[in-house]
Amino acid sequence: MKQVVTGNHTVAHAARVGRAQVVSAYPITPQTQVVEKISEFVADGIMDAKFIKVESEHSAMVACIGASAAGVRTFTATSAQGLALMHEVLHWAANARLPVVLANINRAMGPPWTIWTDQIDSLSERDTGWMQFYAESNQDIFDGILISFKVAEQVLLPAMVILEAFFLSHTAEPVDFPEQEEVDRFLPPRVATHTVDPEHPAAFGGLTGPDHYYELKYMEHNAMLEAEEVIKRVTQEYGDLTGRYYKMADPYRCEDAETVLLVSGGVASTAKDAVDEARAAGKKLGSLKIWAFRPFPREDVRELLLGRKRVAVVDRNISFGQEGIFCTEVKASLYGRDGAPPVLGFVAGLGGRDIKVRDLLAIAEAAEKDDCPEFNWYGVKP
Amino acid sequence: MIEIRFHGRGGQGAAVASSIIADAIFSEGRDVQSFPMFGVERRGAPVAAFIRVDDKPIRVRCELEDPQYVMVLDPTLVEAVDVTAGVQADGVIVVNSPLEAGELGLGEDFRVYTFDGTTLSVEHGLGTRTAPIVNTTMLGVFAKITGLLGIDALEASVKKYFPRDRDGKNAKAARAAYEAAGSG
Repeated sequence: MKQVVTGNHTVAHAARVGRAQVVSAYPITPQTQVVEKISEFVADGIMDAKFIKVESEHSAMVACIGASAAGVRTFTATSAQGLALMHEVLHWAANARLPVVLANINRAMGPPWTIWTDQIDSLSERDTGWMQFYAESNQDIFDGILISFKVAEQVLLPAMVILEAFFLSHTAEPVDFPEQEEVDRFLPPRVATHTVDPEHPAAFGGLTGPDHYYELKYMEHNAMLEAEEVIKRVTQEYGDLTGRYYKMADPYRCEDAETVLLVSGGVASTAKDAVDEARAAGKKLGSLKIWAFRPFPREDVRELLLGRKRVAVVDRNISFGQEGIFCTEVKASLYGRDGAPPVLGFVAGLGGRDIKVRDLLAIAEAAEKDDCPEFNWYGVKP
Repeated sequence: MIEIRFHGRGGQGAAVASSIIADAIFSEGRDVQSFPMFGVERRGAPVAAFIRVDDKPIRVRCELEDPQYVMVLDPTLVEAVDVTAGVQADGVIVVNSPLEAGELGLGEDFRVYTFDGTTLSVEHGLGTRTAPIVNTTMLGVFAKITGLLGIDALEASVKKYFPRDRDGKNAKAARAAYEAAGSG
């Protein structure tokens, strides 16, 4: 059934129907409504979960880690400074191979103090071993969280579903909520192995020397690689259930596109209107949404981009002194391949600066110029 | 695509009103999107909320700058903020005010309508003269003037958003305002 719901409340509904058993979170704008709604669900008895109040995001993640190690399905949500405060234990969750699911509402990092969106908070956690999925719509948020629980519990890696502050978190739009029975069929209760159990004491995560640590990292890396196959299988299953088939790299009108806008998050949605407008004017423009950032869909990106005239990457983030982070990832995927197109980077929209249809058309147009620099700051005020 | 902007003061329920109208229009079968002004809200300070309506799926996820419809919940806002900013030529501006439209000084480029929503709200037990709750009343006016949605859908959505309003004061005020407002 479709209901008009904000992104934040969609997150809460997904945790509820996904039957998260332990939720621990600390409120931070713009994520606060997630915490409010989940604690309301629990208090009203319509969500059978333990909500653990804590004094910081670090403790929230630690509570999730403990509960996940005990074998239950766990969930949390945060933003920006809150995610950064979790950093140490994000590594812990991944290295302990615990399938915690987290919704991060993309908010720029201070100072200066800010509450508006960009992707630097989540992309700074790129190398923690968490899977990352960037939502384009509130429907994506809901579906992404359910898919994440299932994938995470199969590959034993934690997963982050990421949505933009305000553009998604505070925007209400229709979301199709499947029936609880349907969700239960797709996502049965977690079956955990190697859990903390007082009846069968064991040590977890103890001191490990060079003889063994290295192989554990090798296994973690392989788990992330294997996640790609699991994601493809689980999204197929979810699509058969709901009619919504998610792709790690999702093209829009790319068939004969000469220029491809590479986009993520809500910007990928706006980009579809930009592509339609350019097509109506006779231009061969397409867009490619990166939904899964970790694992990164390298093969799909190659298949979709090799042989194009150019790729314009829109990055709502920056690795200072380098370039946008999606841009680097795309270049790494295409490096040394026959038919690799020029990859032109455009940083845009940091700190919540709006990215409109006309901005995306201007970026595509700038990329089509022969002398377009390899790296660009779009729309910097003089 | 139809774009709408609501002006209010923090605490007056402009954001709630935008959610209600989006819900009501959606129930009539169109796609909608609604969002508050992106930022920090303080009680009494000017705020805004936005609604998009379309017959096909809405895909743009960016701010809204040139609405065809504007509603102003607080009479004093007309002087405090530029409620006509970006409004398309011949756009409709609905203002909660006891004054005549011509007295507001909003110029000749727009179709301006006024309605004394404060008096009607207070008569329906919604707030007091000094702190009236006008959002649901003005939604009734907005529905009538713009013809963007029917009163039955609006009434159902108002009830859904105020489950604790057992007497249905908000829904009754919305309907009374709908019936009293001049047709656009």
